[in-house]
Order: sequence, then structure tokens, then C-alpha cells
Amino acid sequence: MIEFKVNSESVSFDGDSGTPLLWVIRDHLQMTGTKFGCGVGECGACTVHINGRARKACMLPVSSVAGRSVTTIEGLAPDDANLHPVQQAWLEHDVPQCGYCQAGQIMAAVDFLKSHPQPTDEDIDNNIDNLCRCGTYVRIRKAIHRAAQLMAAGEKT
Amino acid sequence: MSARRQEVRLNRREFIVMGIGVAGSLVIGIPAAALAEGDRERMIGFFVQIDADGNVIIGSNQPEIGQGIRTALPMLVAEELDAEWSKVSVRQMPLGIVKTEDGYTWKYGGQGVGGSTGLTDNWDYMREVGAIARQQLVRAAAARIGVDPAQCTTRPGVVLCSAAGVEISYGSLIADAAQLDLPDEPPELKSVDDYRIVGSRRKTVDAFEIVTGRAKYGTDTIRPDMRYAAIARAPVLNAGVESFDDSRARQIEGVLDVFAIEGPKMGEPYFLLASGVAVVATSTWAAMEGKAALDIKWQESPSADDSSNKFWQENEAMLQTRGQVVLDDGNFDSAMADATKVVEHRYRIPFVAHAPMEPQNCYAYVQEDRCHVIVPTQMPSGASRAAARVTGLPRENIHVDMTRVGGGFGRRMPVDYVTEATLISQRTGWPIQLLWSREDDMRNDFYRPGGLHEMRAGLDDDGKVVAWTQRLASGSKHYRRPNKPDDELWTPELYPDDFPRRMVDNMRLEYFHNAIGLPRGSWRAPAHTANAFVVQSFLDEIAHETGQDPLQLRLEMLGEDRELGYSNHGGPTFNPGRLARLVDFVAERIDYTQELPKGRGIGFATHFTFGGYAAHAMEVTVSDAGELTIERIVAAIDCGLAVHPNAVAAQLEGGTIDGLSTALGLEITVKDGQVEQSNFDNYPLARIAAFPAKFETHILPFNDIPTGVGEIGLPSAAPALTNAIFAATGKRIRTLPIGDQLRRRA
Ligand code: FES
Ligand code: FES
Repeated sequence: MIEFKVNSESVSFDGDSGTPLLWVIRDHLQMTGTKFGCGVGECGACTVHINGRARKACMLPVSSVAGRSVTTIEGLAPDDANLHPVQQAWLEHDVPQCGYCQAGQIMAAVDFLKSHPQPTDEDIDNNIDNLCRCGTYVRIRKAIHRAAQLMAAGEKT
Repeated sequence: MSARRQEVRLNRREFIVMGIGVAGSLVIGIPAAALAEGDRERMIGFFVQIDADGNVIIGSNQPEIGQGIRTALPMLVAEELDAEWSKVSVRQMPLGIVKTEDGYTWKYGGQGVGGSTGLTDNWDYMREVGAIARQQLVRAAAARIGVDPAQCTTRPGVVLCSAAGVEISYGSLIADAAQLDLPDEPPELKSVDDYRIVGSRRKTVDAFEIVTGRAKYGTDTIRPDMRYAAIARAPVLNAGVESFDDSRARQIEGVLDVFAIEGPKMGEPYFLLASGVAVVATSTWAAMEGKAALDIKWQESPSADDSSNKFWQENEAMLQTRGQVVLDDGNFDSAMADATKVVEHRYRIPFVAHAPMEPQNCYAYVQEDRCHVIVPTQMPSGASRAAARVTGLPRENIHVDMTRVGGGFGRRMPVDYVTEATLISQRTGWPIQLLWSREDDMRNDFYRPGGLHEMRAGLDDDGKVVAWTQRLASGSKHYRRPNKPDDELWTPELYPDDFPRRMVDNMRLEYFHNAIGLPRGSWRAPAHTANAFVVQSFLDEIAHETGQDPLQLRLEMLGEDRELGYSNHGGPTFNPGRLARLVDFVAERIDYTQELPKGRGIGFATHFTFGGYAAHAMEVTVSDAGELTIERIVAAIDCGLAVHPNAVAAQLEGGTIDGLSTALGLEITVKDGQVEQSNFDNYPLARIAAFPAKFETHILPFNDIPTGVGEIGLPSAAPALTNAIFAATGKRIRTLPIGDQLRRRA
């Protein structure tokens, strides 16, 4: 039995401990916001946070998160009226097209902004590598800059 | 490939129905009878529902694949209804088909995306439904106040009569409005100048659901008692299953059943793509693990010798012979003989995969007398046909629900995954969620056809192009389609009415079909991607080799505004002047005449796709080592009236990136009958770093009629890039993808 936390709630899994976290989240916990895109760590559609850091859930056996704290897109904001600044920026710039990659994009951007609170375009180029087949990169870039602004303003108030 | 539009006459009362819905809402819509002529069944097709609290719900019949149609269609209704946009929501309607004496037809109007037709097809009647709803509310208000309806008008969500000093909200009028007869004539529609919603910047209706992870895609389907399925498909094209050993697979906890699935025979249409062995399990991971544990012996395949090398060699050899002449304007041979200068080059366009971010998947539950399918698809009617074919059930007993779609690009026009899922459910009796791996998707696709294009132009003393030919050897996408005669295989690969038809007097198009074993299909803006690259590259080469300015050459050939006949998809006319305007605009905008240092260059291109017009200009740097940087992109589109400009811009951004990503690094190759690529590590979609922050999109308005936008912004992107690379380096890219062709070895 593997026990860990997802979005602050305790959960457990008693199946094959080699099952990737992605499938435990999606099939077992039935939380479908985290997506499957490649299964080999290339696309980032499955990005979640493990103890606050962005990780690709398709590459993590569930045993590796025992005792840890997982955050998925569903748990990023405390409630609908208080979206995370990255989500707000995504809405402001109307980033999604098909939207399939966007949960992963948002989770990756949230972590990135922790280490790069005032990112340059170069920082984005060097650190954000989630794939978007629809080509929403133009808006992702703008939304990351906007989220940085929102977060900076939020800290001041 | 496009959804066919049913003739709907809204000027007769019987073609609109109105009634009270559940909870007392007012529902106005187009009945099935109007859409499925001859059928008297009064099902509501498109509809507008107004609730007592003033909320407006609009039924959208089109699949959403990220093109923004779920926002654009409601904008049309809301405009004429004069609704408060914040109170408008959209409901995805399932596939609607009804049986008539002549067979099956649409219940909610043509449903299907492909060919950028969703908006154009629905433009008139969505607006009329909105206008009629508004008129009913106005008449109800006038009757209540006791004035003539002409004295009433509306502002969003409210009818007002200033003479009487009264305002009444839509929500409180619905019961009265439902009592009034519908008018014989539809009200006059608004003029473009009065538009408040159409043409304004609106946000995507589902964005909140998406950023919070709640939007449901096909992969997110969870149903009671559902089992999970995966299929190990033949690695070699057209190979069948000889035998398999599932003893290890069955030992995996959760694996419930394993059985073979037969693919199509060589030469037969692709109801599904490959033979394989299906594993059914209690979870996705168990199904995947079970699949990995299979030991399968495959039959010898007739395609075992297929390879990309062989394909390209055969194309070269074909071009030495005479092909099928599919267009022969003027007198090409004599014009060519008289030409004082001849320019000739060959260009190679690779096979590419669709690789939508959401891998193929389908839920199916086949029961004795019915079948339920939940599927992300561009072709819900195809899904219904596929399920009927497998189960033998009448199509009215097959219910198809559409989820949001994680990307289409043409891959979700075929419905092979529906065939597979229904086969597995039928065999096991369980509700089945079939999920493909990325590797399955990469190796089992209806690829964009590859081809070798030979271009030749003859010019007169003044540098004017007087003769033009394009000779194409390729794998036609109509290969293995039922009822396709060999002499029509060229039709999806060459569009004769494209530029420069009627702009060059003597023009010939020639086609050679090369039947490699790869399945082919429609890939966003199908043959336009190939032809725009070839034609726009070749124009630059002509300009360079004859000392002409590439912009001037284009402007002279394109000429003034005029409507030329266009018989291909996107017609009936093509106005080359609109392309001239766009290419001139982007060249000016990027300051094309500026002096640039060595290694830096500007290029542009323009193309007409499916009724819409686009142009790109790009500025690039290529370092001494051959490292390419795209410094700046200017993209412009003319899609007539831009109904939903935010989505138009998004499609132009996305189309540009799709075109560039594909040109930079994507190719599907075959060796020993096997597709060599398998996942994003060896099929490297471009990432954010490849695209500059300096990325502008411009919408140039033209007239009052909208065209689709999903494919228009793609074809001219790649040649603009390679033309810029030439300007920077003098190196002409004639083979795609660009890959490492620019790298200089130390
Ligand atoms: S699904 Fe995990 S990185 Fe693609
Ligand atoms: S929005 Fe479609 S893959 Fe990113």
C-alpha cells in the first residue's frame, strides 16, 4: 500500500507499485485534468507538482511519491474565485486552442516562475519545453510574462 | 471532405419551431424536418433556449477541435438575438441523424470539421434563428405594453419601449413569446456596421474549464463498468497476425482478455489501419503492460520491402517519363520552346504525421440492440457509420456523443479507432475505453502524402513568365479509397485553379502516382502545404535567377482585384488581388528593403487556401555554424469578415507555428516496411524556443462574408522561412524538412 497526498488529501494505492503516477491519478483517483500525451517524458502534458516541483507523472512510478505531496491542475487554485495568477494570465491571453496540453503548460509555468519571478524571453526559451501541437506558444510566452506581473503585484499588496 | 450543407429555407414558417422547454424556457430552433427534408419528425436541430433568469443556451452542432467554433457560432446567434454575451453558454449537441426515404441525413445540420467550413456553412441560418428569437421577444413586449412592435427596440437582454418608458427583460417575456405565432417572413438581419458581438474580441467559451483541468476530452471518459483496452498493432505495414502467445500477458494483474483483430487486406479501404492483438484490462496501465508482454508472430507482408529510399528513387524515375496531364492551358510546348530563359528545380515534400496531442481513443459500448460511442472526432457521422458497420445495428440505434477534441489536424476525419473500440466491445460485451499510445499514433496514421515536384518556367525577354509546369510524383491520399479510379488519384494532390492559373497563359500540370504502402489522408490544408511551398519557393528562384525583385514579380503576376473561377474546394472564385495586397502588406510591415548584415535575411510568401488568403514575412539569422534563428514573424490573413477575431488570430498563430515546426524538423520515413519514427523524441515538434517573441498577426478585412480560418494560415509559413534562409545565406532549401541542411561542418 502506497500512501501519499494529492491536493492536500491523503490517498492510497495498493496496485502494482510500478504503475506510473499518471495512471494512478487518472484511472484510480479519476482526476482527469492531468493528461497523457507521450508516456516518455517528452511532451509535458502530464506535468504535476511533487512537493512543489514540476515533474512528469508519466515517468514516475507511484512508489516514488510515497509520503510526498502531489498537486495537480485541479488543486492549483483554492477555489474558482481565486485562480492561481498563472491561470488568470492564461485566461487573460486566451491561451488554449484545443487545450489538451494546457494543464501541463500551466503546472510547468507555475514552477518556472518560482525560480524566475521576472523571466526574460531567454529564460522562457531555456526552461519551458512542454509541447503544444496547436502552436499556442505565442500566447504562452505572453501569459507567462503577465503571470509574473500579477504575482509581483500580489506580493506587494 | 467537408460537411455538406443542407438547404434550409428559413423564410417559411414551418422551418422554424418554437416551444416551451423544460423549466419553462423558450426554445426556438430549426427542426429536423427542415434539415432533413421530407422527414416530419419535429426534433429541434440548432436551437436557442432562453431561460427565465435571462440565461441563453445555444446548441452548437459542430465538433470543437480547438478552432474556436464553439465560440464563433454562438456569437452569430447572440448578435442577432441581442443577448448579453456574459449570459450565453453553449451546449455541445450529440451527433444527430435521422432516417428518411432516401437514407440517412442530418438532424442538426451537417456535422463535421475539415476544410475550414464550419463557419461558412452555418453563417446564415444561425443568424436567422437569433433574429427570429429576438423578434418574438419584441412582439411579446409590445403586446404587453400595448404599443406597436415598431416602437420597441432592444439592448442586450432587454426589450425597451422609450415612448412608454418601459423596459422588460428577455427572461420575463419568454412565456408570452412562446404563445405568439411565428412570423411568415424572417426579420431583416443586422448590417455589418451594427455588429456588437460579431467581429469583436471575445474569449474562448471553454477557457475556464480548460485552465482548471475540468474540460473533458475523449481520454477522460469514465463510465460504469468500463474496461480499458490497448492494441499491439503490426509494426510492418499491411502485415497480419500469424499467431500470438498471451501467457505472460494474462499473468499481469488486471488483464481480462486478449484476442486478435484483423486489419484490412492489402488494397482494401482502411476501416481500421492495421491488424493487431487487443488486450482488455481493468486499468490503462494493466492494458499497456499486457500489450508489452505479448509475443506476436506477424505474417509476411507485401509491403515488407517498402522504404522511403525506394519511394524517392521511384519518384525520380517516374519524372523521367510522361505522366497524366491533368491541366494543359494554351500551348505549353511551343511557349517553352520560344522562351528566352528557362528555370527548373525539383522540391521534395516528406510524409508527415498528424500527431495531435490527445492520442486516438474511443469509448464504445455495444449491446444487443444499441451502441453508445463517446469519441473525440472531426467526423461524428463517420463514427456512426463505423459502429453500424461493425455491429450491424441500424444507425438510429447508435448514439454518438462528442467530447472536446485534443487536436484534429485532419487525423480525426477517419474513424478507425471507432471501428476498433466497437469491435472490442462487441466481442467482450463490456463498455470499452480504447486508448492508443503515442507510438501507436505515430506509426498508424493517415500520413500527409510525400511527393517529388518538378517545376519548370519559361520566361520572355522582359522576364515575364510565359510557360509554367508542375510535375508531381507522389502517393495520392485517395489511395485505397472505394470507387476511386486510378485516373482521379491526382485530384487531392494538385489543385489546377491555384496560382498561377490564368496568370500564365501556357500551363501544364502532370501527375504520377506512386503507391507506397503508407496510408495517407488529409493533413491540415492538405495539398496546399506542399504546393504553396513549391510554388512560393520556385517564384523566389525565378526572381533570383532572372534578376527580378521577388516582391515585384509576385505583385505583377497576381495583379489587381478580380474574381477568377475556382473549381476546387474554397471556390467558386479566387481573387489574386487579395493575395497581392497581403504580400505587399507583410513585406512593407517587416521593412523588407532594409539593408541587413551577412547571415541575416527576409523572405515572404502568400497563398490562397480554401477560400481564405494569407501571407507571411520572416526575418532570420543563420550563424556561421549554420544555426538558424527566426528573429521576427509577420503573418497576415484575409478571411473576409472575421466573425471571431480572437480565434482568427489564434488560428493564424497556430497555423504559422504548425507550418514552421513541420518544415523545421518533421518527417515520417519507412524502412523495411516499418515507420521509423515512434514518439516525440524522433518526431521533434518544435518547442517554444523556436519561435520569436516578435510575432505579429494582422487581420485584413475584405468584404462581409466570412471564410473558415483553420487552415489558411499554414501553407505560406514554410516558404516564407526558406525564402528568408536563402536571403540570409544563399542556400536554397528544396527538400523538407530543413533538419541539419544548414549546419556547416567544421
Ligand atoms: S505524457 Fe508525460 S511527458 Fe508526455
Ligand atoms: S492547445 Fe492543443 S496541444 Fe496545446
